[in-house]
Amino acid sequence: MISPAHYVALAAILFVIGGVGVLIRRNALVVFMCVELMLNAVNLSFIAFSRLHGNLDGQVIAFFVMVVAAAEVVVGLAILTSIFRTRKSASVDDASLLKY
Amino acid sequence: MSHQLLLASPGSNFTELAAWWILAIVAVGAALGMIFTRRAVHCAVLLAVVMLILAAMYAMQGAPFLAFVQVIVYTGAVLMLFLFVMMIVGISSADSIIETIRGQRFWAALAGIALLILLVVAVGHAAIGPAAPSGPRNSSANVTDLAALIFTKYVFPFEVTSALLITAALGAMVLAHRERTGPKPTQRMLSRQRIASGRPAPLPGPGTYARHNAVDMPALLPDGSTSRLSVSGVLASREAGRQGVATAELLEPGEPVQIIEAGPDEDADDQPADLDELDEEKL
Repeated sequence: MISPAHYVALAAILFVIGGVGVLIRRNALVVFMCVELMLNAVNLSFIAFSRLHGNLDGQVIAFFVMVVAAAEVVVGLAILTSIFRTRKSASVDDASLLKY
Repeated sequence: MSHQLLLASPGSNFTELAAWWILAIVAVGAALGMIFTRRAVHCAVLLAVVMLILAAMYAMQGAPFLAFVQVIVYTGAVLMLFLFVMMIVGISSADSIIETIRGQRFWAALAGIALLILLVVAVGHAAIGPAAPSGPRNSSANVTDLAALIFTKYVFPFEVTSALLITAALGAMVLAHRERTGPKPTQRMLSRQRIASGRPAPLPGPGTYARHNAVDMPALLPDGSTSRLSVSGVLASREAGRQGVATAELLEPGEPVQIIEAGPDEDADDQPADLDELDEEKL
């Protein structure tokens, strides 16, 4: 017997993997992809809870999350290309001018 | 009706459980591969796997609309955008293995495990019951119900979303736009420059030998020597980078494989070969 808890557990695991990826990877593109993984995991739990409650509100919220994630990716990747243009590097360690 | 095909019948709990196990194992494996593989392209492909599996799971849970949106928006648009940027940044961009912060990986892994335990305990204590019997799973009109909800209860967030999208598009245009620092060279300037350079003719085309029908072979000059200018600088440096056997064996013994004669300012901005070298240095 499968329950929404299965999906929520999977969403938790994927979220943690994405978070660890954000912490340990230093290529900015990969960091972005891990953020996308976390957003997707949250969407999965939203849909699982939507099914648990028997209404569609969770699906609407997941839809909005997708829209916001798409906007975030567009702006983030534009920032990444402009950083790459000046630094010739996609590593998050190299964008450290504000640190000093 | 595609959404009716996607909805599992209510009695097929065992089927769904089996599908869940298979998909979950593949998804977790792909997600783990994402953080362990070093090349960004492999990471993108594994992310595509995870996203498609999540789309299948949305469909299994009675969200066919979101399943399709997931495939179209995430796997189709967002991931393609990632791949485009990867082409700009350098397809072989890989992470370096050296830790810049001591013990960062260990502590990150520890924090991840701690967060996982926290979440699992929270989910385990939450006593999440079975799905509501008359949930969206049994509704055969998922798309129309969703549309009704978006345009009635959630109409204001929906309108705000449009403002967000316009702002994001403008922001991307502003950020990705490159201001021209000098005047745009006219045709007259270009032709003057070419005459002044002492080489009014275009560069020689790549030579193709009988054995190697490839563009990375240098052209033969009338006196029998090879022309360095006939090979694109990108191909030449790539060939030199992997110690090109084919080029080397066909060149004259005294002729070095280095055929790069392109000026540093010609295509220094977006030359993938340069990026490859950069990355090799970083490794």
